[in-house]
Amino acid sequence: MSDLLAVSDLRVTLATSRGPADALREIGFSMARGDTVGLIGESGCGKSMTALALMGLLPEGARVSGSIRLQDQELVGLPESEYCRVRGNRIGMVFQEPMTALNPLHTIGRQIGESLRLHKGLSGPAARAQALRLLERVQLPQAAQRLDAYPHQLSGGQRQRVVIAIALACGPDLLVADEPTTALDVTIQREVLDLIRELVREDGMGLLLISHDLGVMADTVQRLLVMYGGTVVESGPTAAVFERLAHPYSRGLFAARPRIGLPRGTRLATIPGRVPELADLPLGCPFADRCALVVDECRRALPALDEVGPGHAVRCIRWKDVAKA
Amino acid sequence: MNAPGMDGTSQPPLLEVRDVHQVYRLPRERLFAPRPSVQALAGVSFTLHRGRSLGIVGESGSGKSTLARLVMALEHPSAGQVRFEGRDLAALDAGALRRARAGFQMVFQDPYGSLDPRRKVLQTVAEPLAVLHGAGRAEQRERAAEALDAVGLRSADLDKYPHEFSGGQRQRIAIARALITRPQLIVADEPVSALDVSVQAQVLNLMQDLQDRFGVTYLFISHDLAVVDLVCDEVIVLQQGRIVEQGAPEQLFHAPQHPYTQRLLAAVPGRGAVAAA
Repeated sequence: MSDLLAVSDLRVTLATSRGPADALREIGFSMARGDTVGLIGESGCGKSMTALALMGLLPEGARVSGSIRLQDQELVGLPESEYCRVRGNRIGMVFQEPMTALNPLHTIGRQIGESLRLHKGLSGPAARAQALRLLERVQLPQAAQRLDAYPHQLSGGQRQRVVIAIALACGPDLLVADEPTTALDVTIQREVLDLIRELVREDGMGLLLISHDLGVMADTVQRLLVMYGGTVVESGPTAAVFERLAHPYSRGLFAARPRIGLPRGTRLATIPGRVPELADLPLGCPFADRCALVVDECRRALPALDEVGPGHAVRCIRWKDVAKA
Repeated sequence: MNAPGMDGTSQPPLLEVRDVHQVYRLPRERLFAPRPSVQALAGVSFTLHRGRSLGIVGESGSGKSTLARLVMALEHPSAGQVRFEGRDLAALDAGALRRARAGFQMVFQDPYGSLDPRRKVLQTVAEPLAVLHGAGRAEQRERAAEALDAVGLRSADLDKYPHEFSGGQRQRIAIARALITRPQLIVADEPVSALDVSVQAQVLNLMQDLQDRFGVTYLFISHDLAVVDLVCDEVIVLQQGRIVEQGAPEQLFHAPQHPYTQRLLAAVPGRGAVAAA
């Protein structure tokens, strides 16, 4: 199989006080080496849960079904001891908040070297030398002096570069970045995104980028998955998704976003109602309660993904009417 | 409704910040070393007229939040003056400052951190009234219900706790709390950055509606240029405690003069792709 990552019919069931509840339903996508894929959605849509499922880091008591294949290996049902050999080794992770992702008590050289010692069996000095090369690759200024620095001695942007260096240490096949620039200033955000894009291109890794920011997605990924209520409601090439906005939710999300150049005092389009809880999703389309085009049939079952263009699918039974609305 | 800027000539401007400097002394690094200091603001001046909105943009460390604290009289400047309705806030005695505080209120960034989880909405929203005016229970409840109504919540919500609300609703509660003293000025420090896009739109619309209805003046601090462009009549760009550019948003964002403003604009993600779609 040529796919680097193939997720199909992924379902995550959480144990809640009212019994089991599906937090993720029918999630499927695949990516090849060098592909960049974005998961976009608002809080509680299940994008981070999807990332956690990939990395085998779901909360206690969560049941996973379906399939997550990383090259030839099935990750669903993999014992924890074997998952440890995948995580940080074949899948690298970059988290949102670089201050909490780093250990304040260890030097950054030691933290970068950790996975090299663990996964690759490198000796202390060899790991340190490799850590220095990694810091140079993520363009941390004065890398040699910074090996012995502690996280608090670095700025937010520099810390995020260190987190990226850790993620890259073992030469992963797949890089999962969950809101990697949300905590950073815009100019630093731009630098960090450029860096991630460049590293992905050079190494030919796959990039799964998770973000709530449409602009970040437009700049960074080739394919976009729009998530809502624990499922993918629209997926396709980024430009096609932006152009078509085939799902009513994609459309609402896009219209609600302030853009530079709107006349002062413009009222933004809003989506009435609120996001459903992941632990308490309706049976049918999760967007039904907030959708202007809703009909009874929407609530009966989760709509299937319909092809609306090349590689572009939407989970809405009324997608043909969306463009007219 | 106020006619924006019309009364600026006859009365003093609502808020006047004159050549404000703020220096923070840091702890000593060694026993006999002099205490290092950091200059958070270096000579900032601006005027804000009634019913207008002024946006402050800049990155972390630019002095935005320091400026908010000075305007709210939570700190006094090391040099310079903050004048509210013509009076220097640093020169007021404690009682006069307390009375003046009814005129300016603040909305904070994180509606999860800014509401006390153990207090009912009524207590949170009515607190400024109780403290500043010594209002009785019945009056507190009535005014709190009015404030909630203004932000689109129901009076039945008064007896709920913050955890029963979503992020956007919580930010509405925070705005209701700021509105209850009927202030002329609201200082909003990143009021929508913690909110999701669809909820952010609701809160931004609300803030604009309140301005139309009550003629509130906003000092709007944000790192998001698009939000500032939408809400503000005038924008100040702060860099390292100095104003590097100031002007109307349409001019500032379309023909930025200062290299820093140009850099900020160029860094806005997805400008080409998203704007065109």
